[in-house]
Amino acid sequence: MSSGVDNAGRLVPRLDSLSVTGDWTLVHYATLQDQVEAARARIGNAEVSSLDLSEVVTLDTAGAALLVELLGAENMTELTKDAPDLPPARRALLHTVAQAMAKPLTPQYQATSPLIDFLARTGEGLERFWRQQRLLLGFIGLILSSLIATLWRPGRWRITALVAQIQQTGLYAIGIVALLTFLVGAVVAFLGATVLQNFGATIYTVDLIAFSFLREFGVLLAAILLAGRTASAFTAQIGSMKANEEIDALRALGLNTVELLVLPRVLALLMTLPILTFIGMLSGIIGGALVCLLVLDISALQFVIILQGVPLKHFLVGLAKAPIFAFFIAAIGCLEGFKVSGSAQSVGEHTTSSVVQSIFMVILLDAIAALFFMEMGW
Amino acid sequence: MNRDCPLIRIRDLANRFGDHVVHEHLDLDLYSGEILGVVGGSGSGKSVLLRSIVGLRRPDEGSIEVFGEDLQSLSERRRSKLERRFGVLFQRGALFSSLNLQENVAFPMIEHIGLARSEAEFLARVKLALVGLPVNAALQTPAELSGGMIKRAALARALALDPEVLFLDEPTAGLDPIGAADFDQLLLTLRNALGLSVFLVTHDLDTLYRTCDRVAVLAKRRVLVAGRLEAVENVDDPWVRDYFHGPRARAARQSPPSSEKS
Ligand SMILES: Nc1ncnc2c1ncn2[C@@H]1O[C@H](COP(=O)(O)OP(=O)(O)O)[C@@H](O)[C@H]1O
Ligand SMILES: [Mg+2]
Repeated sequence: MSSGVDNAGRLVPRLDSLSVTGDWTLVHYATLQDQVEAARARIGNAEVSSLDLSEVVTLDTAGAALLVELLGAENMTELTKDAPDLPPARRALLHTVAQAMAKPLTPQYQATSPLIDFLARTGEGLERFWRQQRLLLGFIGLILSSLIATLWRPGRWRITALVAQIQQTGLYAIGIVALLTFLVGAVVAFLGATVLQNFGATIYTVDLIAFSFLREFGVLLAAILLAGRTASAFTAQIGSMKANEEIDALRALGLNTVELLVLPRVLALLMTLPILTFIGMLSGIIGGALVCLLVLDISALQFVIILQGVPLKHFLVGLAKAPIFAFFIAAIGCLEGFKVSGSAQSVGEHTTSSVVQSIFMVILLDAIAALFFMEMGW
Repeated sequence: MNRDCPLIRIRDLANRFGDHVVHEHLDLDLYSGEILGVVGGSGSGKSVLLRSIVGLRRPDEGSIEVFGEDLQSLSERRRSKLERRFGVLFQRGALFSSLNLQENVAFPMIEHIGLARSEAEFLARVKLALVGLPVNAALQTPAELSGGMIKRAALARALALDPEVLFLDEPTAGLDPIGAADFDQLLLTLRNALGLSVFLVTHDLDTLYRTCDRVAVLAKRRVLVAGRLEAVENVDDPWVRDYFHGPRARAARQSPPSSEKS
């Protein structure tokens, strides 16, 4: 078909007839289209009353489509209906293509101006944000109600799933959380030392480390890590189940997907984030202590004594935020998973969205909590 | 139809996954201009065979010659050139999920033929109309479509380059009977007009009876029998007997065969 010899098709207009020759195939498309354009200019609106296809060597659907486009679907059907020397197979092809092209082929595009586009996108974004928050609120209600419903029936607790999730989200995250907070602890110590040295108050570096890690950094760093590591995993897991219609299959079996998929994940995070927070606090303080010991000449004993002077409430304030963050991270991760529609691409989009949203939510809640605790004088 | 020189010639093919043997000593020919129906139970290795022929899976043993050349021993460029003459419809459609339908069909034309985008999309819309999709489907993405529509769009993409050999993996599964009948007709029209050769994996007995020139039965890890339908029907094998003489086969056989079959 794609003969090596260049025998691109040609259109030869005669009086009121049109003679078609050569290869009318996809490889020659550009040449053929030029021919068709030229012929269209010459013919204008005049009806072509006969068509000579006897010298066509090969014809495929692309060539047929060009010819039909030139002559019009109806006209083509008419012209080829009783052409005597046209092989039936070729006629069938032309008719099939003409039939397919009888309806208009161009779908309706809507032309819009860039400004209106921009406004529409902004409005859409705002509305989506609003809808997302309402949806999240509804989903949280759903989680709480099924939590309460299953709480009284130990038979429906999914212990295996819960333990597996704790292992995935907690145990395997300990290393990275500890390492990260250790490094940040060291950085904070350096930073504190640099600034406080000017006031001759290097010793307060210890307080800086203790306060910042107990109140903020321990929980914040652990939560952000979980948001990146676990919220994305939740979305990808549930989302690919959704794309594969597994969620629908569960529903069709009369099973409660929230109870089955969401509760173990939420409960697992509720348990692991406080523990990870605690580990984060410890390892951040150890990182800071190491810098104090090695660089600032503050002895370990001194460090511990100052640490003992820090009130317990700061530790509690930090730890109290952990379950709240955990709940939101898990809820957002699962909800985004349920919002996946069909394609693999959608899984990717919602995974990204769940990470962004949960980090945003964690920082927002932390800011609100900071305000609240300050007002309360805690 | 040239019976002497097969377009695709498979000899002594073996495919294994670990110690799970799917094919062994499998021989099969596809002749120019014929529609070869390939049937076999689920899991008998029809899709694996198709993937081996189009070069997506390197067979463990045996040779596959396509257009007289051994695909495995060709250079990357020669191979890509040969593979351009294939059109493949995958069992699950395998449409590119990030592109809409008209982009899906236009993509190979832009990449291989170098058509301008507008031209390629015009042709793509013609092909989508040819396989019976409505106009506004052209701008939809695969995720928005039903299984049957995905099959049709996948067929349109397989036809994008007007290939010489079409590989179709269960093209009518998931189509409604009217759509399936249209498909049979389209396949015959294209074959007759373009001289296509078609490797058609199907469970659809109506399609088999209406369109296929020859049928190959895949069973016991090899091609049990290949030949004209009338001959294959009467082979003395329990599976073949159940397949071609079950209640559904009887019904399909009674419908008049298409007059256009050559
Ligand atoms: N990637 C793979 N890994 C392992 N086994 C496979 C793979 N692909 C196919 N198989 C096995 O090969 C056999 C044939 O599969 P397939 O060709 O898809 O069957 P069908 O005839 O229904 O199309 C099946 O038993 C399947 O389990
Ligand atoms: Mg298969």
